[in-house]
Amino acid sequence: MTHQDTSQQQADWAEAAVAKHAGAKPDEDAGFPTHAPGTEHAGREQLVLERIERARRARPRVREKLITLAHGAGGKATQSLIEAIFLDAFRNPLLAPLEDAATLTAGDARLAFTTDSYVVSPLFFPGGNIGDLAVNGTVNDLAVSGARPAHLSAGFILEEGFPVADLRRIVESMAAAAAAAGVSIVTGDTKVVQRGKADGCYINTAGVGLIPSGLTLGVATARPGDVVIVSGPVGDHGITVLLERGELDLDAELVSDTAPVHELVRGLLDAVGPDVRAMRDATRGGVATILNEVATAAGVAVVVDEDSVPVRPEVRGACELLGIDPLYVACEGRIVAIVDPGAADAAVAALQAHPLGASATAVGRIIEDPPGLVMLKTGFGGTRIIDLLVGDPLPRIC
Amino acid sequence: MRFVDEYRDAEKARALAAKIAALCEPGRHYKFMEVCGGHTHTIYKHGLEDYLPESISLVHGPGCPVCVLPMGRVDDAIALAEQPDVIMTSFGDMMRVPGGRGSFFDSSAAGTDIRMVYSPLDALKVARQNPDKHVIFMAIGMETTTPSTAMTVLRAAAEGIENFSIFCNHVMIVPAIKAILDSPDLRLDGFIGPGHVSTVIGCRPYEYIPAEYGKPIVTAGFEPLDILQSVYMLLQQLADGRCEVENQYSRVVPWNGNTVALRAMAEVMELRPYFEWRGLGFISHSALQVREKYAAFDAERLFKLPGVRVADPKACQCGEVLKGVLKPWECKVFGTACTPETPIGTCMVSSEGACAAYYNFGRFSRQRVQEVSIESSRV
Repeated sequence: MTHQDTSQQQADWAEAAVAKHAGAKPDEDAGFPTHAPGTEHAGREQLVLERIERARRARPRVREKLITLAHGAGGKATQSLIEAIFLDAFRNPLLAPLEDAATLTAGDARLAFTTDSYVVSPLFFPGGNIGDLAVNGTVNDLAVSGARPAHLSAGFILEEGFPVADLRRIVESMAAAAAAAGVSIVTGDTKVVQRGKADGCYINTAGVGLIPSGLTLGVATARPGDVVIVSGPVGDHGITVLLERGELDLDAELVSDTAPVHELVRGLLDAVGPDVRAMRDATRGGVATILNEVATAAGVAVVVDEDSVPVRPEVRGACELLGIDPLYVACEGRIVAIVDPGAADAAVAALQAHPLGASATAVGRIIEDPPGLVMLKTGFGGTRIIDLLVGDPLPRIC
Repeated sequence: MRFVDEYRDAEKARALAAKIAALCEPGRHYKFMEVCGGHTHTIYKHGLEDYLPESISLVHGPGCPVCVLPMGRVDDAIALAEQPDVIMTSFGDMMRVPGGRGSFFDSSAAGTDIRMVYSPLDALKVARQNPDKHVIFMAIGMETTTPSTAMTVLRAAAEGIENFSIFCNHVMIVPAIKAILDSPDLRLDGFIGPGHVSTVIGCRPYEYIPAEYGKPIVTAGFEPLDILQSVYMLLQQLADGRCEVENQYSRVVPWNGNTVALRAMAEVMELRPYFEWRGLGFISHSALQVREKYAAFDAERLFKLPGVRVADPKACQCGEVLKGVLKPWECKVFGTACTPETPIGTCMVSSEGACAAYYNFGRFSRQRVQEVSIESSRV
């Protein structure tokens, strides 16, 4: 075993990280770390908080030498990867807003264009499978961009030995989902890889849709006073897939919420279109991640009322047991909308008029300060931050 | 949800907060340490400090098992995972804990087979499913998780499973509390005792705290009202001039603990002469190792470990944070070099770590909270 007198090593990576930040540190450290016990240092705490916010606004970097699962989890590591590697290399004005879909112009027409890959495990789960997920996910990315979804592509990566019967089931679900969403799958691709080189079946879909004239949406347009609305209970999909994996010995009567939201969105836009600032579908990273995107992009704060957020008892129970916050759990048929306060009631009513939005409700509000932060008024009556997620609570849910 | 919602009732919290405020002596400042990281998590997750008067500070203690694991032990665990034909299994919150050479996540990305499990019995299941591999369970935690590790070893022995062992890093809370009480730089008025640990060891082992150190301790549950009530009970003791061990969590904690669990622990494990706690240094008789009788299930005996001690970075002040001498934000590297996505100190890794809890949940000024409360009441 380890003894006190064994040779001691330094953690080089840690010393390097400290050294790198040391240069950028302002003078307010002079007094650290001595202070009289029991005295309050509200002013100094504030300085530290400001220093942290500056550090957070710094250009994201990927420090890791290898890709880890955290890079795919939809949290902070994913965001760093996208901004530091992809955006950095591909930088252009259409990509830069990092919305769910890019907005293209062709003559007088405006098109929304998006793509998404699906690696969910297991491939089949209560309420759906990877096929309808792949269609609905891309349809939804188009819909929340304000577009009418029109055409999709489908690319398949199949593993040697994958049952054709399963592929047929998946493809039939895709066809049904496409018909339900009023889109056609017009081009595609197939690759087969050796056994062990993929997990059965991966699907990529891309889609285009037409954006009606006069509509401009974007999370950066959120402004103080705006109301945050969710269209239904959150977290159903993520928890369903997690339980279906069978690793937890938990059972619940839950089905995925995978569904196309284009009609729901249409109803909202028809009712209060000009007053809608932005919409997002709350997939990987959940509602919490979307609200952080809003806070960062618009330079505002978001306050959410925990008691107002609709969560099914089964989802809440599973989250309690697993120590997960339902606000971070993925949905596949729920939207978050930011709307002008004057139109909030009409927006909720318009969403509730569609079966997918029956329990739509306002859950929060945009305020001015402190910019970039999402805060939660807890059911207990306290306040806390909802940050971007670090780590990987639910791998491969979409 | 039953058994949860009733302990999160804002109405009851307001009533309790008023009673707490009324008990505070004007001009006096109170410092209570919540020993357990689970309490730290609850305090921040529910925004409990909003209910406390400014004269009460909650100091976050060393009861986060991930936070007190020294870097050298993480390196040892990674060295085990690198052995041929080994599958390492671990609780999720261990995955990102950095050692001198990175974390389990880094090691896994580099090609080792490290799997997350929710219980040591799941690790045993992995062993049954992979008879051609040796499966090691990264056993961490205080008395709360130790019995389940011990029961798993007993089950493995009973079933004659030969490809399973544990890397035992179980530590004990009582010697750590004693180390804190002996530390000269900390003045505390009382302790919020660790509820989950106490379900196993009971309340009796804390009797030395009022008897020898003159500090009250209230064993508390993990819902926010539990913690508020335990603060009230501590204040009541101080107001009455009493100093004793009280049990707020009596719905779960028996005074004498869980004898079945204690017996299983004693059967499989024995005290180490000393063990290193990150930030606190070597504490004698503060950790457990596998008994000779169960040597076949002890990864430390089965494999040769590097066993090299890795010094904490000089700027890292985890020790002061763990002892409650510094608030998380007072650490030199807090929030800049050390963040949840690139943690240097372990307090920044686990959701039960004081630094991670403060960074993730409480990174804003109290004054601002009041304003937000007013604004959001219009939502």
